[in-house]
Parts: sequence; C-alpha cells; structure tokens
Amino acid sequence: MELIQQLVNGISLGSIYALIALGYTMVYGIVKLINFAHGDVFMVGSFVGFYSITVLHLPFIVSLILSMAVCAVFGVLIERIAYKPLRNATRIAALITAIGVSLLIEYGFIYVRGAQPEAYPGDVLPEHAVHIFGAKINSQSLLILGVSVALMIILQFIVHKTKIGKAMRAVSFDAEAARLMGINVDRTISATFAIGSALAGAAGVVFGVYYIKIEPLMGVIPGLKAFVAAVLGGIGIIPGAMVGGLLLGVIESLVSAFGYSLWRDGAAFIVLILILIFLPSGLFGKYKREKV
Amino acid sequence: MNKRKIAGVLLSLSLSAGVMAGCGAASTGGSGGKETIKVGANLELSGGVASYGQSIAEGLQLGLDELNKKGIDGKKIKLVKVDNKSEAAEATSGSLKLVSQDKVAAVVGAATSTNTLAQVQIAQGNKVPLITPTGTNPDITNKGGKVNDYVFRTCFIDPFQGTVAANFATDKLKTKKAAVFIDSASDYSKGLASAFKSAYKKNGGSTVAEEAYVAKDTDFRATLTRLKAAKPDFIFLPGYYEEVGLIIKQAREIGIEAPFMGGDGWDSPKLVEIAGPKALNHTYITNHYSSGDPDKKIQDFVSAFKKKYKGKSPDAFSALGYDTAYYLADAIKRSGDASPEKIAKALAKTKDLSLVSGKLTLDKNHDPIKSASILEYKDGKQEFNTKINP
Repeated sequence: MELIQQLVNGISLGSIYALIALGYTMVYGIVKLINFAHGDVFMVGSFVGFYSITVLHLPFIVSLILSMAVCAVFGVLIERIAYKPLRNATRIAALITAIGVSLLIEYGFIYVRGAQPEAYPGDVLPEHAVHIFGAKINSQSLLILGVSVALMIILQFIVHKTKIGKAMRAVSFDAEAARLMGINVDRTISATFAIGSALAGAAGVVFGVYYIKIEPLMGVIPGLKAFVAAVLGGIGIIPGAMVGGLLLGVIESLVSAFGYSLWRDGAAFIVLILILIFLPSGLFGKYKREKV
Repeated sequence: MNKRKIAGVLLSLSLSAGVMAGCGAASTGGSGGKETIKVGANLELSGGVASYGQSIAEGLQLGLDELNKKGIDGKKIKLVKVDNKSEAAEATSGSLKLVSQDKVAAVVGAATSTNTLAQVQIAQGNKVPLITPTGTNPDITNKGGKVNDYVFRTCFIDPFQGTVAANFATDKLKTKKAAVFIDSASDYSKGLASAFKSAYKKNGGSTVAEEAYVAKDTDFRATLTRLKAAKPDFIFLPGYYEEVGLIIKQAREIGIEAPFMGGDGWDSPKLVEIAGPKALNHTYITNHYSSGDPDKKIQDFVSAFKKKYKGKSPDAFSALGYDTAYYLADAIKRSGDASPEKIAKALAKTKDLSLVSGKLTLDKNHDPIKSASILEYKDGKQEFNTKINP
C-alpha cells in the first residue's frame, strides 16, 4: 500500500520532469546544443501562469495555453538572439552562451520583481481524494498526469504526422542534406525551440498548481534533473525523454521511501554518472560505431 | 601647467576627503554630546525569508520613530539598512560594510540564526555590538562554553521553544508518539528538534520517526508517506514557512491527520497562502508574542503599528524588531557616551526591561529569560492559546 502511494508520488513528479526533458531532447536532437536556459523558460512559464490566474482571473486551461504561447515566443527569441549567431561556432561556445542566457534570465527576473516566492492559489483545480488499493491519490495529480500525457501525445502527432515534424526529423538527421532538399532549416529550428519552450511553459503551470510555491530560481534544479532524465532516456530521442523523466521521478521517490530522503538529489546525479559510464547513448539510444 | 592643474585638483580632493572623513568619524565616534547615533540593520529584505526581514524592519522603524520623537538623552538614532538577500555570505559582507564603512555604533540583525552566525565573527573582531531580534540558535551568543561579549538577542533560544513544544504536546495534547521532521541545512531546525526530543522523552513520550529535508525542496510526498507509515500522533516540524507550508499541504493530501507543531519560523502570512487555511487546522506554533494577547502594552503596540502601516497586524517579528529598538535605546541611555564598547557592556546588564514580548532579563550567556506564547491556526488565523512562563 505504501509502495503504491510512493509510485504515484514518483509518477506525478516524473511527468513534470518528462515535460521539461522533452524540450531539452528536441533542441539537442536538432542543433546538438544543451539549452541550459530551458529550466528558466520553465520558470517564466510558471510565473505567466501565476499572473494569468491571479491577475487576469483566467481558468486553468486558458492560463495553461497562454503560458505555452508566451513561452513559445520567448524560446524563439532566445534562439534568434543568443544561439542563431553562433550556429557555425564551436559547440563549447554555444554551451557557454546557454549558461550565460540562463543566468541572465534568472537574475534579470530577480532584478525586475525581486526574489520573494509566490504561492499559486489553492482553488485552481477541484480537489478530491481518490482511494485505490489503500493509497490516497489526489485528483490534482491525476489531472496533471493527464495533461502531461495529452501533451506528449500531441507532440508525437506533430513530429510524426505533420509537415513541420517531418522537416524537424530531416534537419535532425542531416541539416545540410535537408537544406539541399529545400527545407528552411532556420525556420525548422525556431519551430523546435517554440514547441520545446511551450512544453516547458506547460510544465511550469502544472508545477505551480501541484507544488504551489514558485520563485525565480525554481528552474535550476528541475532543469538539471530534466537534463538527467533526457540523458537517461537517450538525448535527442523523444520517447526516451518521457521514459527517462518518469523513471527518474520514480527512482527519487523510492530513494526517499527507503529513508534516504537527503540523498534524493544525489541519486539523480548518480544515475547520470552511471548512465554515462555504462550506456552513454541512453536507454533508447542506438550504439553508433565511429567510422574512421 | 596641465600637470600643476591636476596636482591642484588632486590636492583639493584629498583635502576635502580628509575633512569629510573627519566629519564621518566625528558624528559616529560617540565621544559624548553628539546629535545622532548610527545604528546598522542587516536584514533579510529580499530572498527566501524576506517576510521576516521586512517585518523586523517595520517594527524596528516604528520603535525608533517613537524613541526619536522624545530623543535618547537629546540624541537621535539614524538607521542604516543593508539587505543580506537571505544569504549567509551577503550577511557577512553587509555587516563588514556597516562596521567599517558606516562606522555604526551597533548592528541589528539578522532574522535567521544562520545569517546571524555569519556575522558573529565581525561583531567580535571589531568590538561592535550585534543584536539579533529573532536568531534563536544558542551558538549565536555562546559558542563552546565561551560567551560572545558583543553578541546579544531579543528573543528566547531554541532549547526553550523545543521544550515548550514538548510540554504542550504531552500535557495539553496528550500525545505519546511523536515524529520529528527537520530541515537538515538549518542550525535553527536542528536546535529545536534536539531540545524537543530530550524534553519529550523526559515527559514519557517516544520519538517514533525522524526524517529530514533540505531547504528549497518542493516534493515531500515520498518522505511523508514514510512518516505516515510510522503512525505518529504528533509531528514536530521546526522549519521555515516556505517548506513548512508545502509539507503541511502535502501531508494532509496523503492523509496525515496528526497535529503539526513548529516554532517561530512558521510565522508568516505566506504560510497560509502556501498551505491553505484548511490544511493548517490542527497545527500549533510556539511564538514570542501574540497580537491577540489582551495585555495593555501589547494592544498599544498593535494599534500604533496598525496606524503606521495601514491596518497591517504586526507579527512576532515586528514585535521583536520594535522591542530591539527599545532594548538598544535602554542600553544607549545607560552607556553614557554611546560608544560600541560601552553599549555592549550596558546591554549585558539589562534587567527587568518591560517590552512587548515580555519582561526581559539577560542571563550570563546573554540570553533573555522571558515567556512564550502558544498559538493555534484556525481557518488560516492565528489564535492565542496559552502563555508559558520560563
């Protein structure tokens, strides 16, 4: 019974990691860049949701969509301003820029509104307790899980059934060849940033509703954990990010369940180290032999 | 020609700098007969526990305004504020700035024990008294059996809060099995917990579970599920409001109905926003004072505070900030020349000083002996439960 409760805890946490991890993985898949500013897009999304619920008095779903839209624009802006000029630079230059952008967003945000935390109002979603096999499950966590799964299904649809998805897959496979085939690579990359950032924005709102407290540096740890989740599943692979996120959430909950709650953050990074040693391309990655 | 000009400018600059430096030293040196005394405030005005620092600053300002109206032996106190951003490193550098650049006669701050401990060395090294309004960790004034001559506090100490909580849990709530859930990164939390455990054991109860978290965590469900399995009938949670709010909310969600109790770290309006009024029912805190206490001195303070801050009700932090102003003013009056060393000596001899948070007498460790109030949350409002004397 306790184990079921712990699994539910882990899956709710994991679905938030998964939503953020998707953005990491999509961007990496297409431009081979670890976008460290992604966790901060998540934070911005959370605050957009907060203000649209408390100031504009919008319902949950509308706030969610608004936050996704704002984050999509924000993500494209970051890409256009910070990363596009570095498209042909070394990867380390782009990586350092990403860290710089991340710090700029965090501390710029603190400069504008201060570092004090905010609390999401408690009545955004109806609250019921559902009892299954003796575990008490909050209806909010079920809804959150539902939102996450729905977004992932929509994402799969976009990537596999639409023209832009096809373009994304083509650019990811070989950008030069895609360009020769008449695909607008810049626009495809922007679209990837837009979709990834929108998912982070959604994760931000979901996080706010579920965990109540939000603050300007809230994106740092979930961002790093989501990065671990993306690597765990195999970075660049979309289903890998989902499975990686859920798995990481469950691992963390189980570590706490066995009484090592202080080791929980450590466990996530131990997973990262183990994966990099034993399965560098992740659970879903294919082993690629370097051709000489 | 040109060179001479520059030399002239430099010379006049250095001269005026010398004069200004002289002024600065004269107005703060405190060798008697000066009009203003500079006092520094090193508080958490932004960051994680900003609401503590802001409340203290409001109370302190109200107290100083009242005192300045009458004057302290014809002198006025000027407050120099520094924001330590709720971080220990910022608290250290802020204190250093106040002592070495502003040359203050005393420093008030910080709100939390951790940020106060970060300033102790500077106060001791520069021989400038440091008064924390709300830093409750015993180590602040007394480290390893040695009293810090220049460090003082307006509040009672952690062991006292932990002991009061344990007595309340066994005598009033009639509980036998307690769980303790602490913030492993906070000296304050650990101090309260260890005092609670020993007092609870002495009263015949047992601690059935002990868990820890780290500040800034947001997901406690896994650990709480584990706590629930131990079936405690009382949970002691000595943390700060940001995490406490989340913990109580999540605990009620997974079906923990036992009463929670904590210390003054809970005292913030944000706690009610985060946890929600319903989840907070059946929770208690030990605190320095209650605005619902019928005592006249307290009610006078409450109405003065409401008048100054547009109907805002003062929390314990504001009350202790206000008390700190009077505590310091009393010592300045007795010190004679308002020099940092004399103020420190006068502070150490404070006896039976009547304040909003109770009558204050310092023991030999620079720790006040005073009463504690127990408050209960009812639908998001703090209600005065009882007052416990030392």
